[in-house]
Amino acid sequence: MAANYDGEPLLQVEGLKQYFQVSKTFTVKAVDDVSFKIYPGETYGLVGESGSGKSTIGRSVIRLYDPTAGKITFNGMDISGKMSKDVNDKLRTQMQMIFQDPMASLNPRKKIGEIIGEGLEIHNTYNSAAERNNAVKAILEKVGLSPEHATRYPHQFSGGQRQRVGIARALIMNPKLIIADECISALDVSIQAQVVNLMKDIQDETGTAYMFIAHDLSMVKYISDRIGVLHLGHLLETGTTEEIFDRPVHPYTRSLLSAIPAPNPIVEKQRKALRYDYKTSGIDYAKGTNHLVEGTHYVKCTDEEFAEWLPQSLHSVYESAEESGQ
Amino acid sequence: MPEERDKILDIQNLDITFRTTAGPVHAIRGVNIDLYRGQTVAIVGESGSGKSVTMKAAMGILASNAIVNSGVIDFSYKHLEDGRPDHVDILKQNKKWIREHINGRRIAMVFQDPMTSLDPTMTIGKQVMEGMMWHYNTPKEEAWKKAVELLDEVGIEEPEKRMKNYPHQLSGGMRQRVVIAIALSCDPDLLICDEPTTALDVTIQARIIDLIRRVQQERGISVIYITHGLGVVAKVADYVNVMYAGRIIEKGTINDIFYDPRHPYTWGLLSAMPDLATDDPRLYTIPGSPPNLLHAPAGDAFAPRNRYALVVDDKAEPPMFKISETHSAATWLLDPRAPKVEMPDALKARIARMKKEAEKYGGKL
Repeated sequence: MAANYDGEPLLQVEGLKQYFQVSKTFTVKAVDDVSFKIYPGETYGLVGESGSGKSTIGRSVIRLYDPTAGKITFNGMDISGKMSKDVNDKLRTQMQMIFQDPMASLNPRKKIGEIIGEGLEIHNTYNSAAERNNAVKAILEKVGLSPEHATRYPHQFSGGQRQRVGIARALIMNPKLIIADECISALDVSIQAQVVNLMKDIQDETGTAYMFIAHDLSMVKYISDRIGVLHLGHLLETGTTEEIFDRPVHPYTRSLLSAIPAPNPIVEKQRKALRYDYKTSGIDYAKGTNHLVEGTHYVKCTDEEFAEWLPQSLHSVYESAEESGQ
Repeated sequence: MPEERDKILDIQNLDITFRTTAGPVHAIRGVNIDLYRGQTVAIVGESGSGKSVTMKAAMGILASNAIVNSGVIDFSYKHLEDGRPDHVDILKQNKKWIREHINGRRIAMVFQDPMTSLDPTMTIGKQVMEGMMWHYNTPKEEAWKKAVELLDEVGIEEPEKRMKNYPHQLSGGMRQRVVIAIALSCDPDLLICDEPTTALDVTIQARIIDLIRRVQQERGISVIYITHGLGVVAKVADYVNVMYAGRIIEKGTINDIFYDPRHPYTWGLLSAMPDLATDDPRLYTIPGSPPNLLHAPAGDAFAPRNRYALVVDDKAEPPMFKISETHSAATWLLDPRAPKVEMPDALKARIARMKKEAEKYGGKL
């Protein structure tokens, strides 16, 4: 099932702000005025360096935090303010999360079957123990584990298998949106590919949407339909994967793309990454407004910056690195 | 490359077993690595393949439950007083001697996570000065001066102010720079970088790699890079060793490995990592997971995950087959009697694309 862009978006985030008050005089603005949409069945990649607020957005959306300001609409329900019990129940089943470290996110004292079936139990969505066990077995098979694994403990699995358990736990509630927070970062290269393939297969089969939070850009490019680039809590640039990678406009995006190491030694030994330093760049993110580049490609900047960056964006990020002689 | 290359580290037939409560784990099964002065060797492998253990053996910092069954780690160095060349088998030395003569002084190591390798209770300045004062009895004022220079060299702004900072006051990339400054403080001959950029962001990663390369060129030191990221390897390495289940299964120059890989595991590693031009709907994967070395498999350890496995793979471990002067791989596919097997089409297309791109950058292949 491909992404459906015609209807209503599944998740709509408007002007999301998430501040953390550290002391009376100091507040961390982890997420500042971020807006984006996720459509049913698509994969939206959120990229940015550590501290850019990408995980915070995931956590605010699934309401592990109470957003400071902004409106979040999920599947037609407003989930940004105080939620009624009904809305809360729906949110807790229809939106699920996969975490980065599978060993830290699975209870070591519970068997895999109990971990996966826990959601069913909490929401009382089964009639008999047999029905629940069958559901667990079916989901284990779907993620490439065998039903016998249900009676084992997390420590008896390898890293890749544990992450499959994490995926199974999210999937069993038949979610419409899965927030995958760095879910492959802790895995080995060959295992990463297995998990990514599995996630793609599951999307084809169930039509679930993913919010894929990661810092590995080549993997994000591979899995995502659309991408949002975050830096210091601001969503700087968003668009389809092709739009972002073919014509990055914002200097931060350009530096990010130029820093991806290509597995090609002759090329890589000559390439230099573009440098970007917010403090010396003279850009003030807070002043920026969204400017349309083309299609669904938006950049957050001022009018003057937009006029300056747009012609540059047609050059490859590597060419401009060489020209600037860095 | 100059003809009289100066060999600095020569690991031969290293074999290590760990005693664990579950039984002996045969972690390193006959590893050979050599490294020449001024060069960079990368060791690539998944977690548990034994890449870190090999380097810990070279540093003489193996865990106490490790048993070295056989092997030689021959390290060449020059005496400080008169510049007389000497060499030593690190495995035969006691911990005290290694601590005084090797650790930090001639071989320095940069670890993955700068937050755990720096002492949170000591100022950065003290930590950079510590090695010089311990190894060379450098007077405090001189060590301070040198530490400021080092911090400046690794690209830390306002080094004098930073000397008084504690690790938690710096960002991840800055911390890793401090770790590199500490590693360089005693003028080592060999720098071992164990996943130095895995915990860092891409943009910071690029800068740290540039820094290590610059320092290496300026000081002419040798570097061993332990990593699982092939993109990083492409950027830094002259030679590559691919490790799997405690053995080196393919070794060669960087161009051998990237443009002409021969071992199915290397094929898998290269294909499993999407490059920016990959548009196949599915990634090529290596099925299964690495073997448990508690029960070392008979035959080729990679055979159960290898879709090109031959019958002989289950019976006997393949020797290293020589492909060229620099390139060799341990797979029975290279035996003259083996059926001709080609690498997967997707990878072939990708290598063709890589070569084309490399030509644009003036590379000859």
